[in-house]
Amino acid sequence: MLEAFLSALTPFNLSLALAGVVLGTIIGALPGLSATMAVAVLVPFTFTMDPASGLIALGAVYTGAIYGGAYAAILVNTPGTPAAIATSLDGFPMAKRGDGDLAVTISCFASAFGGIVGALALLFVAPPLATIALNFGPVEYFWLAVFGLSLIAVLSKGNTIKGLIGGFIGLFLSTVGSAVIGGDVRYTMGQLSLLGGIHIIPALIGLYCIPVLLGMVANRDPHIERAKSGNGTRIPEALGTLWRSKFNLLRSSIIGTVVGILPAAGGAVAGLVAYSEARRTSPDRARFGKGAPDGVVASESANSATVGGGFVPTLVLGIPGTPPDAIILGALLVQGIRVGPQLFTTQSDLVMTFTFGLLIATVLMIPTGLVIGRTAFRAISSIPKSVLAPAIGVLIMVGAFAVEQNPNHVVMMVILGGLAFIAARWGFEPSPIVLGLILGPIAEQGFVQAWLIGGASGDLLGQYFGRPISLGIIFLTLLTLAWPWFSDWKARRRTLEVTE
Amino acid sequence: MLNRRTFGKSLLAGAATLSAPSLLRAQAGWPSRPITYVIPFNPGGESDVTARFQQPFMEEITGQSVVITSRPGAGGATSWAQLNSLEADGYTIMNTIVPHTILQPAMKDVGYQTADINNVFFFHYTPDAVLVRADSPFQTLQDLIDFATDNPGALTMGGSGTNTANHLASVIFGDLTGAKVTYVPFSGSAPAMTAVLGGQIGGGMSYTTQAVRAGDQVRTLAVATEDRVAALPDVPTFRELGFDHVGGAYRGVAVPAGTPAAVQQQLSDVIGQVNANPEFQRQMTEAGYQVVDIPLANVPAFIEERQGAYAPAIERMRG
Repeated sequence: MLEAFLSALTPFNLSLALAGVVLGTIIGALPGLSATMAVAVLVPFTFTMDPASGLIALGAVYTGAIYGGAYAAILVNTPGTPAAIATSLDGFPMAKRGDGDLAVTISCFASAFGGIVGALALLFVAPPLATIALNFGPVEYFWLAVFGLSLIAVLSKGNTIKGLIGGFIGLFLSTVGSAVIGGDVRYTMGQLSLLGGIHIIPALIGLYCIPVLLGMVANRDPHIERAKSGNGTRIPEALGTLWRSKFNLLRSSIIGTVVGILPAAGGAVAGLVAYSEARRTSPDRARFGKGAPDGVVASESANSATVGGGFVPTLVLGIPGTPPDAIILGALLVQGIRVGPQLFTTQSDLVMTFTFGLLIATVLMIPTGLVIGRTAFRAISSIPKSVLAPAIGVLIMVGAFAVEQNPNHVVMMVILGGLAFIAARWGFEPSPIVLGLILGPIAEQGFVQAWLIGGASGDLLGQYFGRPISLGIIFLTLLTLAWPWFSDWKARRRTLEVTE
Repeated sequence: MLNRRTFGKSLLAGAATLSAPSLLRAQAGWPSRPITYVIPFNPGGESDVTARFQQPFMEEITGQSVVITSRPGAGGATSWAQLNSLEADGYTIMNTIVPHTILQPAMKDVGYQTADINNVFFFHYTPDAVLVRADSPFQTLQDLIDFATDNPGALTMGGSGTNTANHLASVIFGDLTGAKVTYVPFSGSAPAMTAVLGGQIGGGMSYTTQAVRAGDQVRTLAVATEDRVAALPDVPTFRELGFDHVGGAYRGVAVPAGTPAAVQQQLSDVIGQVNANPEFQRQMTEAGYQVVDIPLANVPAFIEERQGAYAPAIERMRG
């Protein structure tokens, strides 16, 4: 193990890890440029390196890109990657009131902590953990998606009905295009450009960012408040916050690791589930969504933990845990490395070196993130809006196009953005819509597959309600939905007892 | 003094002497700049991986760089529908797959017809493979067929998507063997394999490449090749077991319509040379791919043969 650690520490590998983290953070910070794309861009360069170095570079870029998504989420209210959706919920309100620097620093430390938990899981318990991926069948994914959708109740600030309507709009949008399962062509209105469906990244940028841009132009107020004081990082304050929410930090990192292992879930689901749990168990639940640092802690530690978690099934089973893992898996195959259970026995050196590389990259993310984060915060809080708005406008156009080099995505982004701007005037938030759009396909596919499997086995009810993991998720969903009423009732009883 | 006519003639002659060599250069000199290789699927998939296997060898032969770019969407249809609007100069080439380009236009309006895809070479296929988890009671293909015949519809087999190569293979499998299985579509071959390994479904209608990747976690019962697959030497072919089925996903390279015939031929030759390289063959066969040589001249006959082979199954899938 020591030998593997030392070979990860060669100057070449160290500089690769640093360069990878810096590159990844910058790519992730730009709206529309996702971790998947960052990894895909880098893959050809790794073919000239030896496998361990190539893997370290890819892992570092991936880690950086997942973290980088936090900047846009906090400072622009636009998740740079889907994984950062939950970060924007509290990160942007923090930035709005002048705590943007604190939010960025908290997200940096929380991400590093989550990343380290994920990497340690990969290092020590990968083979047994991989069985989690196998125990998750179609029906479990269906219930997981339903659990995620129950978050709409949480996300729709103040108006549950509007939140539910938004969620249904998102679910509806997710059905557009040719269905993977069933093969039907749905709601394309004869447009071939809609055959591929509504891609999540252009939708994400359109729904979140365009209303923000239009708001920048329409209002006189500054986009976000400048720093009140300090050197622009507020490290002691951030560390204090993290210490106070240490259970939240650990729980969210574990949630992130486990969700990362599930091949169909990914960083967005991890962040949202951790956010929901953090909110449910927090004593001041009411502050969530209005700039609670705990929300940023939960989302960022969870989405960074998915990196290590995602590599568990990728390396142990040969099943990619997340979309970037699929690309890395392809790169490994081209390098002539056979993944699977035998990798841990026949090429354990490679796995070890890579895991240590990932750990080192995660640690390097702290200084990198603090420096880049401070720069980003200063830039966005001091550049005049007349420059900032067009600059972001150009970036998101490029971002939407770059996803699949498809000009239709730009059109789709602008249309959805316009609709979101109008909807926002009527009190509809983008988050429930995006949640429906992301979770819709997971729920639909899981439901139909479970229906087919249950029908074939002749035990349809048992398929949906007779499996232990499913029952656990159903219980959590009910708990999340019922908890606010339960705690209100308890509080009311306590006050009654006191007055009597 | 030149009169008008001779002036015109000499101008024409001059133009001819000027343009003839440049015309020649345009074709003899292909490629004189980098080639863009469009993959209509996400990076990391089989189309992407095999293109990356080809890439260094193509660069060595042509002396030009080959840039792989991914434009996924609608199971490849987004890119294939755009193929003929790309520049037809031989510098943009695109990955294609049969049966996808036969099946998709037959099932629905996807913006292109099978005949619109101008293939210059099919260089390999990923053979169909029937597999079960290692602890499955089915030791042989016959065990599986017997169970599926005695218990119609009770056996679930997962594959990648509806109206796809795996779906088609499951219909052909049912027609050939009389087995009645429930086909469960997943959003890709990897999620389908996860469900096989997790025991969520009874078996997989998958590819040899997936079987190789899963190693001894699965038992492969049959493969759709002429001879046994080198990476799976113990697995019988369908033909050995008495079922006439050879096929899978054939990957080719296509160019936009109107690309000069000479350039098409040159491109076909380049891919043929890559296929002949022993190092390339080793990489491909180790991962479970079957290298085949279907050059430009043989493409029309190949497409016609495949259309015939798929027709009955497609007819049934259209219901």
